[in-house]
Amino acid sequence: MPDALQLEQLLIRQGSFTLAADLAVQSGSVTAIMGPSGGGKSTLLGAVAGFVPLERGRVFWYGDDITQSPPGQRPLSILFQDNNLFPHLTIAQNIGLGRSPRLKLGTPEWSEIDTILERLGLAGMGKRKPSELSGGQQSRAALGRVLMARRPLVLLDEPFAALGPGLKQEMLDLAISSLSEAGQTLVMVTHDPDDARRVAGNVIVVAEGKAHAPLPTGQALDGATGPLRGYLAQP
Amino acid sequence: MASSPNAVTPSVPRWPGAIAAGLVLCLTLGTLAAVSFRAEWSGGLSASDWAAVRFTVLQAAASAALSIIAAIPVARALARRRFRGRGVLITLMGAPFILPVIVAIIGLLAVFGRGGLLNSALSALGLPLVSIYGFQGVVLAHVFFNLPLAVRLILHGWLAIPAEQFRVAASLNMPVGRYLEWPMLRAVVPGVALAIFLICLTSFAVALTLGGGPKATTVELAIYQALRFEFDMATAARLAMIQFVICATAAGLAWLVTLPQDAGAGFDRVVQRWDGAGLALVWDVLALAGAMVLLLLPLGMVVQRGIAGLTLIPEDIWSAALRSLAVAVVSALLCSSLALALALRRGGVLAGISAVLPLAASGLMMGTGLFIMVWPFVDPAKLALPVTAMVNAAMALPFAYRALAPALEQIEAGFGRTADSLGMTGAARLRWLILPRMRRPLGFATGLAAAMSMGDLGVIALFARSDQETLPLAMFQLMGAYQMEAAAGVALILLTLSVGLFWLFDRGGRADA
Amino acid sequence: MKTHLTHVAGLLFAATAAQAESHATPVLTIYTYDSFVTDWGPGPLVEAGFEETCACDLEFVGHGDGAALLARLMLEGPRTEADIVLGLDTNLTAAAAETGMFTSHGVTAALDLPIAWDDQTFLPYDWGYFAFVGNAGEPAPANFEDLAASDVSIVIQDPRSSTPGLGLLLWIEAAYGERAPEIWEALADNIVTVTPGWSEAYGLFLEGEADAVLSYTTSPAYHLIAEEDDSKVAWAFDEGHYLQVEVAGILEGTDQPDLAAAFMAFMVSPGFQDVIATANWMYPAVTPEAGLPGGFETLITPDLALLMSSEDAAAARGPAIDAWQAALTQ
Repeated sequence: MPDALQLEQLLIRQGSFTLAADLAVQSGSVTAIMGPSGGGKSTLLGAVAGFVPLERGRVFWYGDDITQSPPGQRPLSILFQDNNLFPHLTIAQNIGLGRSPRLKLGTPEWSEIDTILERLGLAGMGKRKPSELSGGQQSRAALGRVLMARRPLVLLDEPFAALGPGLKQEMLDLAISSLSEAGQTLVMVTHDPDDARRVAGNVIVVAEGKAHAPLPTGQALDGATGPLRGYLAQP
Repeated sequence: MASSPNAVTPSVPRWPGAIAAGLVLCLTLGTLAAVSFRAEWSGGLSASDWAAVRFTVLQAAASAALSIIAAIPVARALARRRFRGRGVLITLMGAPFILPVIVAIIGLLAVFGRGGLLNSALSALGLPLVSIYGFQGVVLAHVFFNLPLAVRLILHGWLAIPAEQFRVAASLNMPVGRYLEWPMLRAVVPGVALAIFLICLTSFAVALTLGGGPKATTVELAIYQALRFEFDMATAARLAMIQFVICATAAGLAWLVTLPQDAGAGFDRVVQRWDGAGLALVWDVLALAGAMVLLLLPLGMVVQRGIAGLTLIPEDIWSAALRSLAVAVVSALLCSSLALALALRRGGVLAGISAVLPLAASGLMMGTGLFIMVWPFVDPAKLALPVTAMVNAAMALPFAYRALAPALEQIEAGFGRTADSLGMTGAARLRWLILPRMRRPLGFATGLAAAMSMGDLGVIALFARSDQETLPLAMFQLMGAYQMEAAAGVALILLTLSVGLFWLFDRGGRADA
Repeated sequence: MKTHLTHVAGLLFAATAAQAESHATPVLTIYTYDSFVTDWGPGPLVEAGFEETCACDLEFVGHGDGAALLARLMLEGPRTEADIVLGLDTNLTAAAAETGMFTSHGVTAALDLPIAWDDQTFLPYDWGYFAFVGNAGEPAPANFEDLAASDVSIVIQDPRSSTPGLGLLLWIEAAYGERAPEIWEALADNIVTVTPGWSEAYGLFLEGEADAVLSYTTSPAYHLIAEEDDSKVAWAFDEGHYLQVEVAGILEGTDQPDLAAAFMAFMVSPGFQDVIATANWMYPAVTPEAGLPGGFETLITPDLALLMSSEDAAAARGPAIDAWQAALTQ
């Protein structure tokens, strides 16, 4: 498989914190970012999405340099830990923003939103506001927007972390299944080795100021010899 | 950062803010320059001018301090109590701030004056009478006007603490005051104190009517005298510059002690709290009752007197009322647009200065300067209403800005990244993120600007002809024609329209939020 | 939304459009103080009366009070649209004359003023005495020293921002000369407060905030005639009362010199003078043939009229204000 995302000689500096990355992510793969808290997992994701200024280095997408592109013009969708949905907009509008930031949508797009809602078990809830939905339903709606956006790269910054373990697993599975259907490349931050084992083919380990190139999940999670051994040994 | 990779570009253009700032600078410093240009410079400031400067600073500082001290318990009570009529109370308590000064003074005298309710009660009890005239009277009136503003702004700060944080605090049994409220107050209070200090700095009629004599001369009054009686533009311009210098100094001090408020965004839920039983309840009830007596009793007296005068008001009052309404609505929309444009610059020296300058500007200086600029080209009467709308918008701008800028910061902190990742920039961001999330502060700001414009008597008097009078001007003219009862009736109409306009916009902003 | 905005904009400019109407008939523009042109003031009656005879359009433009009127004129300079300024008093005429914007009024009329009048630039249309107005049946001091010694409370106007306030200052100056500061010091504890203008002071008095207010000897006539209320009286002071003479003058730059001259003649004729007593609540400069309206005979008539020449008033003003300020700041 070709490389979809390539980080070339990246260096991020935030005060005394630095993070270096020189790696590539394969097209259509599911990659987990793992590492100790405060190691820079979210920062790495933010750099890819265009929120974190780079000291140096470049970001390529299928060979195109997207380093200078503003976040909204990068070929990616990102979900954060919170505030993914606008509380003042309806669920349908929130999803529609994935396609058009001005919400200029025609009838086909609106029915597409209905289809997505149905697929995510949110049929008939398009007119509701996020606060009228449960936590799990809100996560589905956020996922709905990612589907609607149809952007080839999806970044998940632990959007389901606040959900219960069962629900979290269910959401993750739903995300993987619906996204891989469309052939999207997925990079997600996670703390949970089980999650990584279940859905991710590769793991990028972020620790001690460096984001390591992706390793096959089994190898990365090998408690005895893998690069995460110190981190995984902790309870 | 030669190539500045991943440079964060502004999501909303900054040029509307630059235009707004330009307009404000022209109205404040530009008018001062125009007056200075016409002035024949000679001599300097007299001892009495310097006495005016001292008195002005002293009374403004006392008024600001007392307003804040009184406002904190009231705002806290409103923030943590849910009771029937709370919304109405908040709206009514806002009324004094938007009252025409002369109406408010009549109301205050009916309660605190020599023949007012308080002294009647004191003399019935055989106690010595208290005098409202003098330093204490000026400060009392300023607290009456500005306590509502302080309460509203501090209450905004309280409501901006996310409900989630109170839940966390309750679950951890954390002292809410120390960990949530004190940091909020620390961030909010210096700005509020500065605003009130500056409002009182430019006080004119209050100081003169209740001051009890020439020792209560404020700088603004001295400017008025220089322009109206002496035709001494040089002295007026000098005093106006001193007013700006005091303003700049105060703003600098407030900036030094202000901490940025870092509040996360939460979903729109009713803020439920778990503190405040027992003694705190007594404290809250006392605070609310005290505020009601101070603020609502004088208003009640204005209403009582006004009803008697309603049958006496002349017919053409209604066209004056319509004119005032039109000016107020246009001025309010202009004001909140300017404030939004400045807020969208997300800080910056230009926006900060423009948002404070009008507070230090003398209304009469602005009017005179504009007159000098306009006179060579066009009959000022032709521009009376548009100019009034514009100046009123500028005068209300600092308040609108203070309401909008922190709200915008909060929206951006909470939802900025999500909006960025979706490519919501420019008009789309304004329409689908900022405006809907800012409805509450926008409604408040627009309502405030509308009401302040309704009660304003400044510029219109300089530009308008007698057939273009606005409601406050008509009321003033009635008083000049011995028509005190009719004037009281007009005062009531003015009060109703001002509060009504404010309520309309403010309610609009708070609907389903 | 757009249509709403258009409506509002329309409203804003409606007043402007109304003024753009045709000017087929000549227009005489007179700047005056606000209370002159209200429905209760003499303005509407005078306008109707003069327009009957002049085949012209008389336009009164109100600009605050007498002092504001002069400031406005100075602000506008020679380009002013005003043909006549009506409503200055003798304490302001020196400054007004100094602008060099006025020409002579050209009227010779027998005036019923308590003093001789020979000013060729400004022509009086009414006059009155300043006086303290109090409630009937309450102690009424007989002079300033009497007042100062009593515990009667008064509310006065600021001489820097109001014509009655300046009148009081010159009144005490004219009556006591060098002793004026001493009188002010003695009065300080009687003064409840000092207001910016007449309206605020009179309102405070009516609200019961003080026993008396600085106003005019004619003020009780208003209450008596218009409200059938005889509870207000003016105090007669034995050191005399200061006179206020209100005048009008023609601007040199007028484009309607004939109309302006005609108006000045009209101003001292019955058509104008007959309405003054009960519309401006002052004494007409020419007493009507039928005499003053019923009720005016009840007013006090001072034995001694005090008035400084406009030059003396202009010279005395600055030092008097300083002394006043010093006395009241202690």
